Amino acid sequence: MSIYFLCLVLFCIGLYCVLRKRNLIKIIIGLGIIEYAVNLFFVLVGYRFGGRAPILAKDQAVLNMVDPLPQALVLTAIVIGLAVTALLVAIAIRLYERYGTFDITKIRNLRG
Amino acid sequence: MRSDEKGMSLIVKTITRLTVGLILLYGIYIVLHGHISPGGGFAGGVIIALSFIHLMLAFGKDYALKKLDEAKASILESLGGIMFLSVAILGFIGGSFFLNFFLKKGESFRLFSAGIIPLCNIAISLKVGAGLFLIFWALIVLYKVER
Amino acid sequence: MNIIPFFVILPLGCAFLISLFGKRIKNFSDILATLVSIFLFSLSLYSIFLVKGFKILVYKVGGWVPPIGICMVLDGLTSFMLVTVNLVSLLVVIYSLSYIERYTEKFRFFTLFMLMLAGMNGIIVTGDLFNLFVFLEIASIASYALVAFGTEAEELEASFKYAVMGSVASSFILLGIALLYSYTSTLNMADIANTLAQKASGKLLSFISVLFLMGFGLKAALVPFHAWLPDAHPSAPAPISAMLSGVFIKVLGIYALSRILFNIFGPIMPVLNILIVLGILSMVVGGLLAIGQTDIKRLFAYSSISQIGYIFLSLGIATPLAFLAGLFHLFNHSIFKSLLFLNSGAIEYSTGTRDLRKMGGLISKMSLTANTNIIGSMSISGMPPLNGFWSKLLIVLACVQSGHFILAIISVLVSILTLAYYLKVLKGVLFGAENIETPVKRITFQMQFSMAILALICIIGGLVLIPNLSNLFLKPAADVLLLGKGYAKAIFGAVQ
Repeated sequence: MSIYFLCLVLFCIGLYCVLRKRNLIKIIIGLGIIEYAVNLFFVLVGYRFGGRAPILAKDQAVLNMVDPLPQALVLTAIVIGLAVTALLVAIAIRLYERYGTFDITKIRNLRG
Repeated sequence: MRSDEKGMSLIVKTITRLTVGLILLYGIYIVLHGHISPGGGFAGGVIIALSFIHLMLAFGKDYALKKLDEAKASILESLGGIMFLSVAILGFIGGSFFLNFFLKKGESFRLFSAGIIPLCNIAISLKVGAGLFLIFWALIVLYKVER
Repeated sequence: MNIIPFFVILPLGCAFLISLFGKRIKNFSDILATLVSIFLFSLSLYSIFLVKGFKILVYKVGGWVPPIGICMVLDGLTSFMLVTVNLVSLLVVIYSLSYIERYTEKFRFFTLFMLMLAGMNGIIVTGDLFNLFVFLEIASIASYALVAFGTEAEELEASFKYAVMGSVASSFILLGIALLYSYTSTLNMADIANTLAQKASGKLLSFISVLFLMGFGLKAALVPFHAWLPDAHPSAPAPISAMLSGVFIKVLGIYALSRILFNIFGPIMPVLNILIVLGILSMVVGGLLAIGQTDIKRLFAYSSISQIGYIFLSLGIATPLAFLAGLFHLFNHSIFKSLLFLNSGAIEYSTGTRDLRKMGGLISKMSLTANTNIIGSMSISGMPPLNGFWSKLLIVLACVQSGHFILAIISVLVSILTLAYYLKVLKGVLFGAENIETPVKRITFQMQFSMAILALICIIGGLVLIPNLSNLFLKPAADVLLLGKGYAKAIFGAVQ
């Protein structure tokens, strides 16, 4: 149970980072932390204590494997996270080009 | 180090020259064995892209782009996407989208035993490798413009 | 041969082909994008007749049987959403053929556009929860890039804000999916519904509902989560604004949320009440914020928030009439909001400004844009012969029928508020003193064509309520939502 709780703590650290930090790059890092907290939780959902990696070897029974489905799903989620991070970094670099700063309090043409 | 040479120091360049081929080969190995061992199209594609990024870091942008420039990488990426989609569409000859249409799939633990999965892996590795290389290239170009 | 997978295959293949050949062959991207969207629209019209008489079609991807493999589902709600999305996307593609000449690299625009369309069609047809997440991310990432397409300072800033909030929302959705998987150990929507029906409803289910409400609510720009929309939608190029406000928030927010809340979890009273409260909040806050705007596209964006509130309100009431009214309003809103955004694009194209205070007297210079603008504005504020009137009338009737008199009064008041700020637009743009010194640029035929067709649909849209048409188009969609947890049985019945 404490493992799941630690995932929640990691999630909250990421959320704090996104909400509170002023630097664009730090916000992107915060998003990465959030994504990885969720991914870690998803992998742990499929984990079974004492289980083996879900690879079919010649002398392995299917019974003591961990659940492979969350691992496949998390791999997909990681790829999606990569795409989002790359896009965000590109936008952040372009923003730096326009404003000359990464500080989000100085980039305020629009307000919700 | 001569002043007209770009990139990092001689030690880095020598080591890179020795290892970059091995890295590329390892990436290809991971792709081709993706259906019977851990790894697959995405991991292999990332390693293939890393070998080119490695060249770019050690020798500078121009040297790496001579090996694989962005137009070619862009074509490779689109080709990877189209190849994956056409493998999926070819499933229609068996009656269903994404069907594993090689009916005789061989036996487990052999290299050619998984029907369309190796083809999908190759397509994904093209897409991911070229895509990651292009992302890295795009970030470098943006950085240049800014200075 | 089954048509369901083609809703994803065609736009995806089109996107890759355009990115491969678009740069080399002139006009390749225009022709291919137009052809594909025409074909998709006709396929979606055909799909209406496939599901006629409350049929459900299930397509097994790769030949795997549903609880194990991924399946694609075509039912009444699906074909309704497909028609809406593909109709708007066809007209937007025709519009952007000439509009997007202002930007360089036209083929990249169509690549991203087709990726976004593939993502949206995928969300609609899929029957698998994680597949829904993947398509949602495809559509979202393409839209982040499209918002930043002009790469000016404002667009980049809006896109950054949108992307950060969007990916936080996606994380919430993924967390919800992870918890749901741990609870039911399956990802197929129908199978999840089956498993949940057998288990006693626990506290976990409410937590998952809240996670999905946050995630999809952020994608749909409900009021506590709306901060990104008034920045992102106006900053995009006008066709993309039309696409985002017209169909994107409805597919990602309303369709996905209603599919999960009604068909998988089954309607629960507290969640429905939350939907009503959030809907009312969105209606009122969006409307009040819209009045103060001077940028025409920002005003339209706030008005989107307000109208989304109507749809959520009627979904929350959850009577047969309310579902019908909500879905009809969804269709109508996608038509007139895309018309209004395309109009704003035409105005910006001709005069070079979006500021209400700098325009005026355009009715003598741009007669077609002026007329379509009047039709769109009157329709969204609920003037009698136009389609907006009928859907708002149905929503008010649904409120009264279920005994929510206060909600009915609020919806009428917000409708009057809508009329107020659209009259402000009409006064600022069309009538009044002529402020524009520079000669206006004539808009092209393609732009006129799309706007005229959308305006025509606004005028005749009320005819959908005629019983024959309604039984074909609206009723099956509302029936799917009414089905509730019976959805699972229907799917497994269709598989056999």
